[in-house]
Amino acid sequence: MIYLDNAATTRPKPREVVQAVVDAMQNFGNSGRGTHDEALTAARMIYDTRNSIARLLGGTKGENVVFTANSTEALNVAIFGLLDAGSHIISTDLEHNSVLRPLYRLEKAGAQLSFLPADKNGQINLQDLEKYLQTNTKAVVCTHASNVTGDVVDITAVGKFCRKHHLLFILDASQTAGVFPINLQEQNIDVVCFTGHKSLLGPQGTGGLCFREGLEIRPWKTGGTGVQSYLTEQPSQYPTRLEAGTLNGHGLAGLHAALKLRLATGLEAFRSNELALARRFYEGVRKLPGVKVYGNFAATLRAPIVTLNIGNEDAAQIADELARRFDIATRPGAHCAPRLHRALGTQQQGAVRFSWSWANTATETDAAIEAIRILAEESK
Amino acid sequence: MRQPKEYFVVTFATTTGAMAMEEACRTQNIPGRLIPVPRSITAGCGMCWAAPPDAGKAVEQLVIREKLDVSGLYSVFI
Repeated sequence: MIYLDNAATTRPKPREVVQAVVDAMQNFGNSGRGTHDEALTAARMIYDTRNSIARLLGGTKGENVVFTANSTEALNVAIFGLLDAGSHIISTDLEHNSVLRPLYRLEKAGAQLSFLPADKNGQINLQDLEKYLQTNTKAVVCTHASNVTGDVVDITAVGKFCRKHHLLFILDASQTAGVFPINLQEQNIDVVCFTGHKSLLGPQGTGGLCFREGLEIRPWKTGGTGVQSYLTEQPSQYPTRLEAGTLNGHGLAGLHAALKLRLATGLEAFRSNELALARRFYEGVRKLPGVKVYGNFAATLRAPIVTLNIGNEDAAQIADELARRFDIATRPGAHCAPRLHRALGTQQQGAVRFSWSWANTATETDAAIEAIRILAEESK
Repeated sequence: MRQPKEYFVVTFATTTGAMAMEEACRTQNIPGRLIPVPRSITAGCGMCWAAPPDAGKAVEQLVIREKLDVSGLYSVFI
C-alpha cells in the first residue's frame, strides 16, 4: 500500500515512537500522582517533553506548554480561554473547522468575525489585514499552512501586524509543527496550537499549546491535578491550570521519542525528502490533460501537500479508484475546510489530497503519478 | 515505622515545578528526593523535595539562583 494521506495523520510512525509507547504502557504509572518510581518515570518524561516542545516552538519555558488530545482541543482552550462575546476576531478562509467552529460558536454568543478572503486559487493577501481592523479587534487566529493546498502563511508578517495593533495571535500549527520553523518569541505569536500525530510523527491523542509568558488563559475544564487537592477551584499555575485529569502519558511517551528524533536530525533533514517528493508529484501531474492542481506552487516553501481534481470527476470516486485499483491512500472531500473549498469552487466536487511524510519514496510517488495519468486518460 | 528524621523540604504548586527542582538538584549534585508531601505541611496529594538538613542552604540558594517556582520551604521531622 502507498500511503499518501500524511496530512490526516503520518504513517508509519518511526520504530522508536512505537517502542516508546509500548514501554510506557508496560512500565509507566500516572504522572503527578505519587512519588513511586513508576509515577516519577512518567512525570520526568512529560516534563522533558514540555521542555522539548518549548525549545522546538521558541517558547520561554516548559511550564507554558500544556498538553491536550489534539490541535482542536488546544485551539478550543486558546480561543475560549482568551476571547469572549465582546471580541472582534480576524481569521482567514484557509482555516480548518478546528478554528472555524470555535469561532462560529463565539459569534453566536455575540463576537464579531472577519475572514481574510481566499481567491479562486486559494490565495490570501496579508496586506488586506489592515482593512479588517475594528476598535474592538482582539485577535488574529490563523493557520500556518493550509491543510488543503499546502500553501504556507507568512506568520512573521501576521505577528508584526498583531504586535503593531496590540492583538493576540493564535496560530494553528497542525500542518507545520516540527517541519517548518516556528518561533513564538521572535514571530510575536501568543499561542501556538499543535498536534502530535501529524508532522511531529507522534501518536494520535497528543497535542497541546505553547504560549507566551504572562498570558492569562481561562481554564475550560476543571478536575483532578494531583496537587492542591483541597482547593475548590482549578489551581492557577501553569501547566496544571489547563490540564485537569490524567494526561495521555503513553501517547506523550511516543511524542517524546519523536521529538528526540526531530531535534537530533534537525527540521531541514526531516522535511527535505517530503517536500522534494511533493514537488516531484506536482511536476508529474500538472500537465496531464484535465488535471487541475490547487495552490501556489511558485512558492518553494510549502507543506508537502498536492490537491487536485480530474475534469469534473467526483473527488470521492477518484480517491476510491486510487485506493481499490492502485492501492494508494489519499483523502477526498472538503478536508474540514469549507471556506477554502467554496473559494476554490470545489464545494460540490471536493478535491483529492495527496500528502507526504518521512517514509515515502520516489518510487511510490511515481506510482501515484502513473495512477493519475491513467485516471486522467480514462476520464477524457 | 521508622523514627522521624529532620529534612529540609520544598513544596510546589505543580508537578512541573517539582520536576524542575529534581532536575536542578541532580545537575548540581545536591542530595534529596521527591516524596509525598507530609501531613505536617499539608494533607494534599502533591509531591515535595526532601533534602538532608545540611543541604538546606544549598537547596535554598539553588531555588533563588535558578528562579525555581516553589510554594514553600520547610524544616520538618518526617
